[in-house]
Amino acid sequence: MIFKITKQINFPQFYKKLNILSLLLIMLSLFIIIFKGLNFGVDFKGGTLIEARIENSNTSIVEIRKSLLRMNLGDVTVKNFGKQNDYLIKIELVKNDNSNFIKSINDKLSSDLGSAINFRRVENVGPKVSDELLKAGFLAVTLSLAAMLFYIWIRFEWQFSLAAIAALIHDVIITIGIFSFLSYEINLSIVAAVLTIVGYSMNDTVVIFDRIRENLRKYSKVSITEISNISTNETLSRTLITSVTTLLALLSIFIFGGAILKGFSFAMILGVIVGTYSSIFVATPILNYTNVNQKSVLKENSENN
Amino acid sequence: MLYFSKIKLFTIYLIIILLSFFAFLNFTEDSKNFFLSKKVNLGLDLQGGSYLLLEVDSKPVVQQNLQQKLLKFRKALKENNIKYQNLKLVNQSISFLIKDEDLKRFEQFFLDKDNLINTYYTQYRAYEMDYSIDNNLIKIEYSKFGLIEIKNSTLDQSLEIVRRRIDEVGTKEPTIIRRGSDRILIELPGLNDPNRIKKLLGKTANLSFRLVTEEETTFGSEVLFFENSSDQLNISKRVIVSGDNLINAKPTFDNQSNNAVVSFSFDRVGAKKFGRATTDNIGKRVAIILDNKIISAPVIHEPILGGNGQISGNFTFQSATDLALLLRSGALPAPLEIIEERTVGPDLGEDSIKAGSISLMIGFTLVILYMLYKYRQLGIIADLALIINLIILLGILTILEATLTLPGIAGIILTVGMAVDANVLIFERIKEEMKIQKSNIHAFDIGYKKAQSAILDANITTLISAAILFFLGSGPVKGFAVTLGIGIFTTLFSAYFFARHLCSIYVMSNKDRPINL
Repeated sequence: MIFKITKQINFPQFYKKLNILSLLLIMLSLFIIIFKGLNFGVDFKGGTLIEARIENSNTSIVEIRKSLLRMNLGDVTVKNFGKQNDYLIKIELVKNDNSNFIKSINDKLSSDLGSAINFRRVENVGPKVSDELLKAGFLAVTLSLAAMLFYIWIRFEWQFSLAAIAALIHDVIITIGIFSFLSYEINLSIVAAVLTIVGYSMNDTVVIFDRIRENLRKYSKVSITEISNISTNETLSRTLITSVTTLLALLSIFIFGGAILKGFSFAMILGVIVGTYSSIFVATPILNYTNVNQKSVLKENSENN
Repeated sequence: MLYFSKIKLFTIYLIIILLSFFAFLNFTEDSKNFFLSKKVNLGLDLQGGSYLLLEVDSKPVVQQNLQQKLLKFRKALKENNIKYQNLKLVNQSISFLIKDEDLKRFEQFFLDKDNLINTYYTQYRAYEMDYSIDNNLIKIEYSKFGLIEIKNSTLDQSLEIVRRRIDEVGTKEPTIIRRGSDRILIELPGLNDPNRIKKLLGKTANLSFRLVTEEETTFGSEVLFFENSSDQLNISKRVIVSGDNLINAKPTFDNQSNNAVVSFSFDRVGAKKFGRATTDNIGKRVAIILDNKIISAPVIHEPILGGNGQISGNFTFQSATDLALLLRSGALPAPLEIIEERTVGPDLGEDSIKAGSISLMIGFTLVILYMLYKYRQLGIIADLALIINLIILLGILTILEATLTLPGIAGIILTVGMAVDANVLIFERIKEEMKIQKSNIHAFDIGYKKAQSAILDANITTLISAAILFFLGSGPVKGFAVTLGIGIFTTLFSAYFFARHLCSIYVMSNKDRPINL
């Protein structure tokens, strides 16, 4: 077995360097998010999204863009989406009287390009709805963090709760930072991915914390750093195996799941990697800094009984 | 932890068999039986279709209601001998001046719980309208509850009209429900091009017959445009008959010109009014007006007494059909605006199902192979548990007749990846215990016990995420939350009951042999 050979890793020796790295990554992510901004999709910005299949295969993106610009639709982006003849068109303009809006675009495009065009997907989101969706998305992420904070506080002690939330915020900020850096689109499914990452990363952290608590109760004379090192080692094999199986499933969605799920699965893959890393190298050292000791878990134990 | 009573085993396997049966139903032909007909629904993103969110603007209705209130007010003030000045409607409120000595009488009649103008809602303990007095100027506007009532009734009426219009078009199984205080959500599965429905819903369909006039009348007049051209006519504001008096409308062809027309009939009141107006105004033109646009304005050659008539315009048969449909289903009380639309074509839906199934199968296979590689014999148990997990997950989704969306499929695949976690936690724990414990049975037993708390915590955190997604997410994302959430329960079931039983059989038959993990 691979992991038996590397069974005893002295994790605390990496904490300092990796914590500085994490801090730098968080600051860099925040910097990018603030100054570069996020590439919001129509869900959050409003506008029209069209997934079009051009039957004539000799069309170029430039021609499609030219034709759309002639219609005075405001800011327009066109990019290839999945297969060669499939394009994703994003139009900034939101038409109030939209009953003919989509059809007229299709008519003009097909006459300009001289080819039948199949609008496979149309999403049209008004400014009011996009504002609400953005608020709901933000609320959902905040709420899930708060719920996790509360749950861990109830099940463990405040020290654990603090450390776990710090790791979650670390994961969320870095994942969104990478999306901002790559200019990947943020839409509803990315928010769903972020929420799932919150759940997954918590899942990983909780297993290590559970073991730390157990060992804290067992050994009274050992320092918390030593205990968390033992616990991390004991659960390492599980942490890695579960990350591998989850990543196998996610890679399968990313590669074979079609263009629509690409952003979602990419965010999840990032989240699983960052989340696994943060459970070991962010949550655990922060717990060490809080000087949690046997007293705190025994006190909690007597409260529960 | 390794002992199972007979009754427990019976229950576990009964649940598995039952759920497998429901899962299997998805692959059978349609059935009429209530239980046998259960299937997982495909979301709009998988079967194709349209999702529309409409918003009702109730402001014009408030304005209209106030207009009527104003007339009633004038009458009531006179009846109560209250002298008023400058009674008018400004900014969604009625205002007028009265003298000090009348103030008391005004309040008396306005706050009388049985008065006919300002309704008292016993359920809210509040009046329909609020008033304020500022230097003898009385300002009356709708109270919070009055506005709620208006919004509610406007939305209910709109919902009814929308339902009629969509039913007349005849799409399969539309979902039309109210959302909040001023929105209507429509789901039209299988609809490829929502253009026609969007057009039909975009029209208020206020029909009126009014005379074309040159001179000023007491009712006043306004200039309106034709629907298909920039021509305009001066139209009297007096309505002869409105669409409310229409009882039937259908598209036909005109006998002489062979053009598509809409023929209609009035009810008795409408027929009478129209008969009188056409008798009195021979030689003049009567304009047929839909949503403030003139459709046509024919000259009255003879009195039309039978209550039947025809609307001609530049119709195709399709547009005549749609106009007739609009007239039959009635006018919306307020204009509707489409504030969100999501349409997926059926071919994209099919592609998504294909891509979803392929990635599910590949992800599943990879996880199964990886578990076999990691745990050998126990890997088989984990894999069997994974298969059972998937089957009962599908079974529960079938019983709930849940809607499966593309993100929902992603949720299932993710469940596959994360489901093995419970067994990994247990196996790793057993591995540790094997080093300490003397017997295999002990190691398994304690391994299961010790893994419990970690498994519980790990799954509850994921469940919290799924719950928040379910309550705050919309449409496809909700589908993801459903499969992810149910996946947690099936995972716990398959690991803690099914796999544990297999483990107990395994360890009993390998009591004394060393088990290689």
